[in-house]
Amino acid sequence: MSNTQPAPPSWFPKDGKFDVKVIQKGFNSYGHTKFLGMDYADSGDDWLELCLDWREELVADEQSGIMASAAIISLLDNATSLAIFKKMGTFKPQATMDMRVDYLRASPRGARVYGRGECYKLTSRIAFMRGIAHNGDRDDPIAHVTGTFIQTSLSQFMTGMAK
Amino acid sequence: MNQLYDYKLPPYARALGMNVDGEEDGVPIITMPFGDNVIGRPGFLHGGAMAGLLEIAAMACLYAALDKRGQKYSVKQVNVTVDFMRGGANHMSYAIGKVNRLGRQLANVEAEIWQEDRERIICAAQMHYMVKIEE
Repeated sequence: MSNTQPAPPSWFPKDGKFDVKVIQKGFNSYGHTKFLGMDYADSGDDWLELCLDWREELVADEQSGIMASAAIISLLDNATSLAIFKKMGTFKPQATMDMRVDYLRASPRGARVYGRGECYKLTSRIAFMRGIAHNGDRDDPIAHVTGTFIQTSLSQFMTGMAK
Repeated sequence: MNQLYDYKLPPYARALGMNVDGEEDGVPIITMPFGDNVIGRPGFLHGGAMAGLLEIAAMACLYAALDKRGQKYSVKQVNVTVDFMRGGANHMSYAIGKVNRLGRQLANVEAEIWQEDRERIICAAQMHYMVKIEE
């Protein structure tokens, strides 16, 4: 029944108007994004960069201290998703359809990771995105990502993709 | 050091509540409970947490396959492609990997996640790993 649908959180943009920093703060106030601890770094018309600090809890290999590659996926998922809102100039609910990540090198112990996402093409339903993760030098990336997002309705966004 | 089957899950996996819980055809099943650390949009799993579960399941099955060879080895991930098919709801998630090919230097691995219904896959991935046999 529709009354089981949770209410949108307070930071959720009304009437499509949004401030990307407010949305990022909202994302960072709960759940997996809060657990990872992502901060806003920089943005432009169709791109956005977030950052994530290394800590012991995010390590995938205890001997080397290398950060879990999936933490980098989460960072790039959030950065590319927000880049799409920047490109659209509005906030519309969307779901990640697929992502491919190439790991170019390991992110070393202690290093801050930046995730830069860019929306390079928008169609009526699909957003095509690409991006990189790096340790501060965009010319020396850790990872390269491509992927697609599909627009969903607000009710699908709040109740899961109905398939 | 790399034996994930008997293993101690890495800190990242433990922080997200993952566990090794049983097996299917000799391949370990990794579980991840729904909870604060894995939520994305309200009420659903974050895509990155699902990708994390898939990567741990893929590594677990790859290490299980390498263990059978009885050699020392090190593994490095090259890439991953993740398909998000359904929202991950407020249930326990289960993941298992499958080694499609294990060569002398390359492993082709896939992994999938389901929740209440084993036949209803919510997320799947394909990975490539470089495998180095240590002398």
